Amino acid sequence: MSVTYLEAIREAQAYLLEHDSRVYIYGQDVGAFGGAFKATKHLANRFPGRVIDAPISEDAMIGSAVGAAIEGMRPIIEIQFADFSTVGLNQVVNQAATLFWRTETPCPITLRLPSGGTSGGGPFHSQCLESIYAHFPGLVVCTPATVEDAYSMLIESVTLDDPVIFCEHKYLYYHLKAESLPKDALPLGKARIARAGRDCTVVTYSAMLHECLEAAEEMSAEGIELEVVDLRTVKPLDTDTIIASVARTGRLLCAAEGWPWGGVNAEVISRVVAEGFNLLDAPPQRINAKDTPIPYHPKLWSVHRPAAASIMAAVRNVLRS
Amino acid sequence: MNPILDKARVIKAYRWMLMARLLDERLAQLYRAGRIFGGVFLGKGQEALSVSMGMVLNRQDVYAPLIRDGAGRLAFGESALDALRTCMGSPMGPMRGRDGNVHRGRPKEGYLPMISHLGASISVVNGALMAKRMKGEKKFVGIASIGDGATSTGAFHEAINQAAIEKLPLVLVVANNQYAYSTPTSSQFACQSLSQKAIGYGVSDHEVDGTSLTDCLKTMQDATDRARQGEGPQLVIANLLRLCGHGEHDDAHYITPELKASSVGADCLKLAENTLQSDYHISKESLEIWKEETVLEINQSIEQVQREGAPDPYHHSWKSLISRELCEHS
Ligand SMILES: Cc1ncc(C[n+]2csc(CCOP(=O)(O)OP(=O)(O)O)c2C)c(N)n1
Ligand SMILES: [Mg+2]
Repeated sequence: MSVTYLEAIREAQAYLLEHDSRVYIYGQDVGAFGGAFKATKHLANRFPGRVIDAPISEDAMIGSAVGAAIEGMRPIIEIQFADFSTVGLNQVVNQAATLFWRTETPCPITLRLPSGGTSGGGPFHSQCLESIYAHFPGLVVCTPATVEDAYSMLIESVTLDDPVIFCEHKYLYYHLKAESLPKDALPLGKARIARAGRDCTVVTYSAMLHECLEAAEEMSAEGIELEVVDLRTVKPLDTDTIIASVARTGRLLCAAEGWPWGGVNAEVISRVVAEGFNLLDAPPQRINAKDTPIPYHPKLWSVHRPAAASIMAAVRNVLRS
Repeated sequence: MNPILDKARVIKAYRWMLMARLLDERLAQLYRAGRIFGGVFLGKGQEALSVSMGMVLNRQDVYAPLIRDGAGRLAFGESALDALRTCMGSPMGPMRGRDGNVHRGRPKEGYLPMISHLGASISVVNGALMAKRMKGEKKFVGIASIGDGATSTGAFHEAINQAAIEKLPLVLVVANNQYAYSTPTSSQFACQSLSQKAIGYGVSDHEVDGTSLTDCLKTMQDATDRARQGEGPQLVIANLLRLCGHGEHDDAHYITPELKASSVGADCLKLAENTLQSDYHISKESLEIWKEETVLEINQSIEQVQREGAPDPYHHSWKSLISRELCEHS
């Protein structure tokens, strides 16, 4: 038996609905239809009244989740595409993210954001918004890169007493498979060494992990060994694991699919420079998408986002200096 | 007779509808053959309503079409070639491979390029109308097209209220095709008819059978005339049914047989053909000839788009500002 990244998300939700009567799912087309990506397929049937179709009202969807959380529920909000979450941004960053700090009332909501580029997705069905959300105090931001993490991190997110932005990558939905669902997992906030190596640390997350691992395999054939760190959560950032890796390799490349200005890569580099400057043998580098909206044509898109080939070129740059 | 219903105009409208339908069929084929990336979204069943929007607009007007407005776009002046270029990612079309499928337009010509976020285009039309007023232009209107689902957005509420306060010549057309993706209208709004929303905002309302070309033409003409004459925003609700999936990836199994068999489920193109034959004395042969001519034009356009090739990412200008000197990270 094998399980895909998408199935892991569905199974995690089934588990949560089954084990916690406070959990419900709310989103456009999530009910009988099972969601635009089928992440809630059959769940409405199995859990009557707890998998609810929403109108096209992201602001009200997220606002109502905050209200329900105040009443002790644990809503999971499925936004049809991450890109549409900006319509409800106010409720996320001003209601959900400030509630605990202002009132000591927990706000255990989870926003599932189908994120990231796929071929032909275009400017409005491809965005990676983790850096935007991570900027605001009061949110936990998850970016699972593996089937196991998609499962265990979603369960932990909904169990957490704080608002979580769960950025699940659409590119991984169907291709990425694991043998089975995990029995145990690293906690939220902990990064993972996805591959050990001595020559350069590559810090990454979400779908870019797989591009980095592919780059690492190819470079290994030339005798260059990359150490790949999968951040898992981008907020909080596991600075200790990153710095420990840089201490071993002396070099750092950050790879992310989001836009270059600010963001996760910039944050990682800033921390390494501030806290581990003397560990570095070369200036740290980063690779991001280009600083334009995400193009529709697959030929443009494949150059717009980082991929194994451009990551290898960036690694060589770090090694050369 | 109402001048919008004179023979030449009804024929013209029908021929755009036919073009839109045949173009949609080809797009679906190209999508299944892997020649179109991403998705394909069709307007089957909505051509009569859509074409009526394009038919009543003039050059100086503003049009913000949406996903199912292939016919309206053609009638407003878009060529089948430009539609195909965008869908097939040609570097020559208005979007040059940067955006695709229904996300296309030529804003300098009053043809606004939709973003995916539903409801977001209405206030953009409002702004264009306010600017025209400030510039001293006269007798212009703007049409924003949306679906029943988009009436649930905050953007819809804010924009219709804004247009009402500003007394803008906005014609807001809602294609109530009974579903938003899989969601039936019963899960979208609780009022009896969407036209009731007009009262709350203080705007005029119109309701029309979206399957009837002549009714759509008449209503759209009436609504735009009123807006042009300064009567303020007009809300037009058209009742019809989406005769296809949400996109070509969707089999629309959730559409109930009762709805399909009801009057909203009628095919507006077939009904228009009947009307042309019975009321305008158009022969079957003429209909056949038009169809052949349309197929020929579409085929020629597809061949041309195929010759135009794909955008070259290594010679592409990766600049998102006009002020090139202010662009970073090119
Ligand atoms: C703000 C926003 N939320 C969600 C979506 C995803 N989405 C795309 S089309 C659609 C259904 C639209 O229904 P409707 O407005 O009735 O138009 P129709 O497709 O029926 O023509 C949804 C939910 C979106 N495009 N924008
Ligand atoms: Mg609809």
